[in-house]
Amino acid sequence: MPLTQLETAAPDSPEQEYLWTLNFGPQHPATHTTLRLVLTLDGEKVVDAVPDIGFLHSGFEKLGEHLDFNQYVTIVDRMNYLSPLANEIAWHHAVEKLLNIELTPRCKVLRTILAELMRMHDHLLNVGTTGLDLGAFTAFLYAFQQRELIYDIVEYASGQRFHTSYTRVGGVSFDVNEDWANKVRKFVKGFRPVHQEIHKLLTRNRIFIERTKGIGVLTKEDAINLGATGPVARASGVVRDLRKDEPYLAYSDFDFQVVCSQGGDCYARYLVRMQELIESVKIIEQAIENIPQGPVNIDASTDIVLPAKPAVYRSIEGLIQHFEVLMPNRGFDVPQEEVYAATESPNGELGFYIVGNGTPRAYRARTRPPSFVHFSIFPHMIRGHQLSDVVAVLGSINIIAAELDR
Amino acid sequence: MFDLNALKSRFGNGIAESTFRDNRRIVVPAESIYPILEFLKVEQGFDMLIDVTAVDYLEYPGATDRFGVVYSLLSVANNERLIVKTFVNPPNPQLPSVYPLWKSADWLEREVYDMFGIVFPGHPDLRRILLPEEFTAFPLRKDYPLKGVGERHNFPVITRAES
Amino acid sequence: MAKRSLPMAVGLPDNVFLTQLDAAANWARSNSLWPMPFATACCGIELMATAASRHDIARFGAEVMRFSPRQCDLLIVAGRVVMKMLPVLQRIWLQMPEPKWCISMGACACTGGVFDTYAVVQGVDRFIPVDLYVPGCPPRPEQLLAALIEMQDKIKKTGTFMANEFDSRTQPTGPPPFDLDEIRRAREMQPLVDLQVYTPPTLEEVVKAGPRRV
Repeated sequence: MPLTQLETAAPDSPEQEYLWTLNFGPQHPATHTTLRLVLTLDGEKVVDAVPDIGFLHSGFEKLGEHLDFNQYVTIVDRMNYLSPLANEIAWHHAVEKLLNIELTPRCKVLRTILAELMRMHDHLLNVGTTGLDLGAFTAFLYAFQQRELIYDIVEYASGQRFHTSYTRVGGVSFDVNEDWANKVRKFVKGFRPVHQEIHKLLTRNRIFIERTKGIGVLTKEDAINLGATGPVARASGVVRDLRKDEPYLAYSDFDFQVVCSQGGDCYARYLVRMQELIESVKIIEQAIENIPQGPVNIDASTDIVLPAKPAVYRSIEGLIQHFEVLMPNRGFDVPQEEVYAATESPNGELGFYIVGNGTPRAYRARTRPPSFVHFSIFPHMIRGHQLSDVVAVLGSINIIAAELDR
Repeated sequence: MFDLNALKSRFGNGIAESTFRDNRRIVVPAESIYPILEFLKVEQGFDMLIDVTAVDYLEYPGATDRFGVVYSLLSVANNERLIVKTFVNPPNPQLPSVYPLWKSADWLEREVYDMFGIVFPGHPDLRRILLPEEFTAFPLRKDYPLKGVGERHNFPVITRAES
Repeated sequence: MAKRSLPMAVGLPDNVFLTQLDAAANWARSNSLWPMPFATACCGIELMATAASRHDIARFGAEVMRFSPRQCDLLIVAGRVVMKMLPVLQRIWLQMPEPKWCISMGACACTGGVFDTYAVVQGVDRFIPVDLYVPGCPPRPEQLLAALIEMQDKIKKTGTFMANEFDSRTQPTGPPPFDLDEIRRAREMQPLVDLQVYTPPTLEEVVKAGPRRV
């Protein structure tokens, strides 16, 4: 095996004897779940940081070759577990691209609302844990209270707080009603005051600013070369948002702005996420008033979605269609082609590269994980900073170990 | 801007191009993958490497080569995507590393090595990234079973009395 | 506590209790369990939600999530444990001082969950002694609180002051690592060329190899 030894962190060489090695993780309160960093320190200053990952590698991609398109959505759910529905929407976006399915307008708007609720979910937790890691506990509690309200909304639609497996190929599993829409309206109305409270707690807080401004700077050229996407790239000046550049679902119908900054440090990433929360609220407010009526799944005669239960029990065509979709040796036709499709997940560009081989199981289901690429940027951002800044930078790039390791 | 004619006039006609849904794909021979990617980055403006991945075509109907390596490129200024694909075969599957062009290839190629065993000479630090260092197999190959061959339970047991 | 007090001829004032040392120790321990959150994946988020304000774990005295194993007594394994992470989990379990208990939270920690793959350990109880299992994927915070209450009952009923209720448990609590299904599966598979199953290095080998270059 052609291995090369790392030239950095050589404790034996005489001029580097004063450097010492600190193991950070994999079990540590501020490592957002399981990742490990081996830091080489000069006193308090970080000279080098070598990440060691794989402590949550569960073989997702191998499972994707053994599970159906509708079964694999349960696994994809568990990748970015801060915003499960966003992963499901991304997976089925890729599958529907492969199968060339056009969704109904109602389904598009519904998925848009859920994607934006999940964006708020992820950003709220990130803002909360940024505060928590730097010692500000109250912001964490306020953020979690709002997240509980989003859990209630998602539970009303799908039956589960978390890991809903809500989307299906060609639609969603359950439709929503006016009561659900009222819940969303109520949540949106109560959100802006809480957002102001979190602003007041953190944004002009002297300690927070001292700990995050100028820390972990990522320049625009580095962001592009190192593959950063999402809020991390937008905070460095890369004006790129897949919702505007390659619109999918119903994003082209709604009026919102892409939030960017030029700072590139932790404070800029925090501000970008805070403002993206408001932009998401704007999209939800517009969308919830304009949900089109009509069916939420595509037509059952295409033999891709399950027909409605009254049709299954009362007509022979419905029964036949039901079995055609569900029986293991049947299922829908999948072209023998490969496709790559990406969506703007709260963390960045979450893409799936699916290779189909004629069966309703993917031959290869590759996830392009934003956290993986962002964590490889981490050593570039942390050199020269203090040990306590490691925590701030790690929180600001929003590493989620399940997406990192798959 | 992606210009297929400029690419073909520079590198010959071994390049096959196709479009599926809205993905633009080209298939290139493995010997010229590095100059082609360099040309795409420098001359045609594809400045972001989105993904490097591999597919094992062992059980694919109608496949001629074993491993396909897929590079997914993006041009930020022109908002254009391109998928570049090449094929390698065992024994000793190898491709030159594109780390000098895009630094995001660092970990992406390490993962391809870890999962498939494709080696990238020129990579600064090619070792296993997701699996333990001592792991010997390449899991995403089609001849490795889903449940493994016993590595996951090969650990000492701790009972209550001794802990 | 008053249940175990003895009837006495002499009257005691109201703020004096007479009880067994075990009962007093169990009462104190069960109402101030300090959890060690071994939060790997999604169940970790539900653990954080249990500690947040809606489902308040502080009502049970367990909000002190000290992340150092030397200061905790309840290990909550929340999330899937991968073969790379298992030695870390074992080391943390050994670092915790007696008396200690373990809750295995979520389907992945109990049995491997949805992930029956080459990398995920099919149940933490194969390698760590587990006291309580909480099913669910992820379990609701209310389920975790119910598990905590059961843990408190268990400690009150079976705990001893010197923690010698654990001395007799010499058998592992989970299924053996190689059960019949796995052996059968192993026989049906084609053997791989130069198959070397990964064995973790022994302590002598690690010491001899010296500091590890990461």
